Amino acid sequence: MSSPLLSVRNLQKYFPTSRNVGFRKEKLQVKAVDGISFDLMKGETLGLVGESGCGKTTAGRTILKLIEPTAGEIIFEGQDITKLRPGLMTPLRAQMQIIFQDPFSALNPRQTVGKIIAAPFEIQKVTPEGGVKKEVAGLMQRVGLNPEHYNRYPHEFSGGQRQRIGIARAIALKPKLIVADEPVSALDVSIQAQVINLIDDLQKADGISIVFIAHDLSVVQHISDRVAVMYLGKIMELAKTEDLFTAPHHPYTTALLSAVPQPDPRGERNRERIILKGDLPSPINPPAGCVFNTRCWKVQEVCRSKTPELLTVGKSQVACHFPE
Amino acid sequence: MKNLLEIKDLKVTFPTDDGFVQAVDGVSISVAPGETVAIVGESGSGKTVTSLSVIGLHNRKVTQITGSILVKDKDESLDIVSAPLDKIRSYRGRVVSMIFQDPMSSLHPYYKIGSQLAEAYLVHHPGKKEEANKKALEMLSLVGIPEPQVRAKEYPHQFSGGMRQRVMIAMALMNDPAVLIADEPTTALDVTVQAQILQLLKDLQKNLNMGILLITHDLGVVAQVADRVHVMYAGRIVEQGNVDDIFYSPHAPYTLGLLKSVPRIGSRGSERLKAIPGQPPSLINLPIGCAFAPRCEYISLADENSCENLRPQLLGNSDSHKSRCHVPEEKRDKLFTAEIKGART
Amino acid sequence: MPRFILRRAYFATLTILLVSIVVYGVFSILPFDPAALTCGQKCTPAIVEANRVKLGFDKPLWQQYWLFLSGIFLGRTYGAGSAEFTCPAPSFGYSFNENMCVTDMLAEALPVTINLAIGAFVIWITVGVGLGLLAAKFRGRYPDTISSVFVLLGTSLPTFVTGLFFLIYVTIKWKIVPLSLEGFTPITESPVKYLQYFILPWLTLAILYAAFYTRFTRATVLETLGEDYIRTARAKGLSERVVLLKHTMRAALAPITTSAGLDIAGLIGGAIITESIFNLAGLGRMTLQAVYEFDLSVVVATTILAATVVITMNLIVDIAYGYLDPRVRMK
Repeated sequence: MSSPLLSVRNLQKYFPTSRNVGFRKEKLQVKAVDGISFDLMKGETLGLVGESGCGKTTAGRTILKLIEPTAGEIIFEGQDITKLRPGLMTPLRAQMQIIFQDPFSALNPRQTVGKIIAAPFEIQKVTPEGGVKKEVAGLMQRVGLNPEHYNRYPHEFSGGQRQRIGIARAIALKPKLIVADEPVSALDVSIQAQVINLIDDLQKADGISIVFIAHDLSVVQHISDRVAVMYLGKIMELAKTEDLFTAPHHPYTTALLSAVPQPDPRGERNRERIILKGDLPSPINPPAGCVFNTRCWKVQEVCRSKTPELLTVGKSQVACHFPE
Repeated sequence: MKNLLEIKDLKVTFPTDDGFVQAVDGVSISVAPGETVAIVGESGSGKTVTSLSVIGLHNRKVTQITGSILVKDKDESLDIVSAPLDKIRSYRGRVVSMIFQDPMSSLHPYYKIGSQLAEAYLVHHPGKKEEANKKALEMLSLVGIPEPQVRAKEYPHQFSGGMRQRVMIAMALMNDPAVLIADEPTTALDVTVQAQILQLLKDLQKNLNMGILLITHDLGVVAQVADRVHVMYAGRIVEQGNVDDIFYSPHAPYTLGLLKSVPRIGSRGSERLKAIPGQPPSLINLPIGCAFAPRCEYISLADENSCENLRPQLLGNSDSHKSRCHVPEEKRDKLFTAEIKGART
Repeated sequence: MPRFILRRAYFATLTILLVSIVVYGVFSILPFDPAALTCGQKCTPAIVEANRVKLGFDKPLWQQYWLFLSGIFLGRTYGAGSAEFTCPAPSFGYSFNENMCVTDMLAEALPVTINLAIGAFVIWITVGVGLGLLAAKFRGRYPDTISSVFVLLGTSLPTFVTGLFFLIYVTIKWKIVPLSLEGFTPITESPVKYLQYFILPWLTLAILYAAFYTRFTRATVLETLGEDYIRTARAKGLSERVVLLKHTMRAALAPITTSAGLDIAGLIGGAIITESIFNLAGLGRMTLQAVYEFDLSVVVATTILAATVVITMNLIVDIAYGYLDPRVRMK
């Protein structure tokens, strides 16, 4: 078996916060990411799903070291980059890129599209064969933009086209890893499909590894080879996409799948729906034991005292004392 | 009038820096008691403008609005389009209530939940303070907020997103309205919370026999709660029908395109999505013919040049299922039904 | 909440102490001999030295500061024997130019300044918020136009122009408001004389501040009117009046209160120009005079006083904000 492109071991990211208690400040921690581990193979897409506040975005940014991890290891192509100084990260940055959710705020409104897409070449001081301009025109063509629009500004483009600009920028240096952070959730349905297909095509052509972060299970199912379901900073279940969607083992995965309404009215009418009670607990003070125990319908005494490990159940890895 | 709400030939135009925008163009929709009617569309389709004009909340200074919006209140009915503002206000929150997309910003951050709810009652029942407070607690517990006496004294920021949307619903129900307009009520919420809220809306409707006008972009939500559906594109209704008609035998190419482009949870996991090519048109310079023509792959099935030059009418062989398309309905019915079957399995 | 207030009060006290050290230090290292400034033209080195000892300027700087600080709480005695005199607590030092304890000077000047600031505030807040509301409500129509003309004039005319205009025209040429010759009269003694003394200075300050507050209120109200919760209020069937005066103003209140509090503090610290034009015996004029005469003990005292007022007002504003915005209160 080939070695993974990226290995994440026990990754933690705690954000310090505080609360005033009289004259003292009580120091608290938001446990955004609390010990996640996974491997990402070359050319593989790993979906990272979960509800808001589950830590998926923080996880994505910590992997790229856009945020310094609190603990754990990030190994990229066999090299431990966890403690790498920013200066030494720069050459590696060409290999790892990010696509953001909001294509508008992620683009500098005062720069032309050509300039935006050419920025990675400038930063890495690389001159592609045939010159930057020709390369950028080629990139625009690849992502389905008209190269004649080279001198236009971001506001002259629609949301979908702006996301294409973001994608062109991300693939400019032929990276090995892309973290796509909710790349389609700000887009309309008909445009969303175009962008998903584009990402799919580019990946197949270039063999890029993608960490695809999303809250929408249907989208994740479509694009991922494997899926990790996150809840309160932890991975609840990690499995091949097909296994996860046909035979979910973790109660949270089951509930999540059952909650997504499908465009199928007859199916919806006959569907047995599991409706979780309550809301997500605070990541400052997560429940002891299994973090899902406050909303789980299978909860037992052990769930409140012992944190379940991510163990192999069937073909999946599941963190649950009572997997299905 | 047996319907609670009847929108007829509604047209809404407003000026922008680049020219006049026809945001809504000839929309007719009705809502009967106990019925959920959905308007589906993408951004810029005119669905939100339509919903706001139903309670006269469009910007009155600049907007030109024609057609009629009849709202029934017991024995009388009011045309929101032509009625004076005072009269419209007496209907807002009492006959027609509305809940919005973002429950976070839709509640006043500086007033206690209880007093915001009571206010909704007091507007239409001046001076009945005690009754209002009682009703507020009643409504809070109706929408599933535990310990209403305690929570009523708290501020919105002390509530989670899902709880806030419950509060918004409770507030909308303070005067037992006949019609509830829900504008993307679950879009800002997580899926597990969305499931709670949709279930709540369904239960409330059953018990109160309300009419619900649901505005959404999410076909899954429509499939789960709607009885009838109107699909909007570029300010016009391109198809309307019962929920099963729309999802299993769509007649408008746009509806078909939408249904094919949504990723579904199911067996066809890694198959390529069938995206609708191109972009929605600018509302300022709409094509003279069918607004969807530039993105449509079925133009060749229609009479030559008709799609580019002629605006299609909203027609159908059955009264309950109508669509706008120049391709003969018989052809579409067979072809689209087969295509959608292929997409589902 | 009380703990929050205590905590903030504690830090405010520390800040004031720090300010007093800095102010005292800065004025003491200036290249003046404070002792030499205490005697007039017929000065001999002997008198200077005597005064130096009498006022404590012979001691090291930190001791001088300590004497100054303890004087605030315990009072301070200068000189010895028959020439001994005492400034009782709170003592902020002794002014040789005026031959008075600084505290007594402050006690005379402060009421004038406070009355000036409060009166101006009442006028500007009423006019400013009122006009701002009207401008926002009738955005783009004639009340908005009129108010924007007022804003332009008010913000561009400096107080010495409006002040002099009032003095020369309203008082001297047109004789609408007679010149006040008797100085400050408390309102309890004679409301007419009180008004005579203050009305024009009030207007001078109020025009400037009202213009700022018109613009500020208009902007805040317009921003709030675009909020989703205002749409919710309308959807309930509330009248436009209730939407504007209750829901919108409630949200605009917190930022307006904040900046009003700080502006009042600023005025108490020194409405120097206005006080000078109208010859009001307030803190600003007193400070200015002290600066001309190198009366360092007065300058130090008024500077520390102004800083204390600003810091205290900040504290009050923060506490008020906590009461006005429940989101802050809960933390």
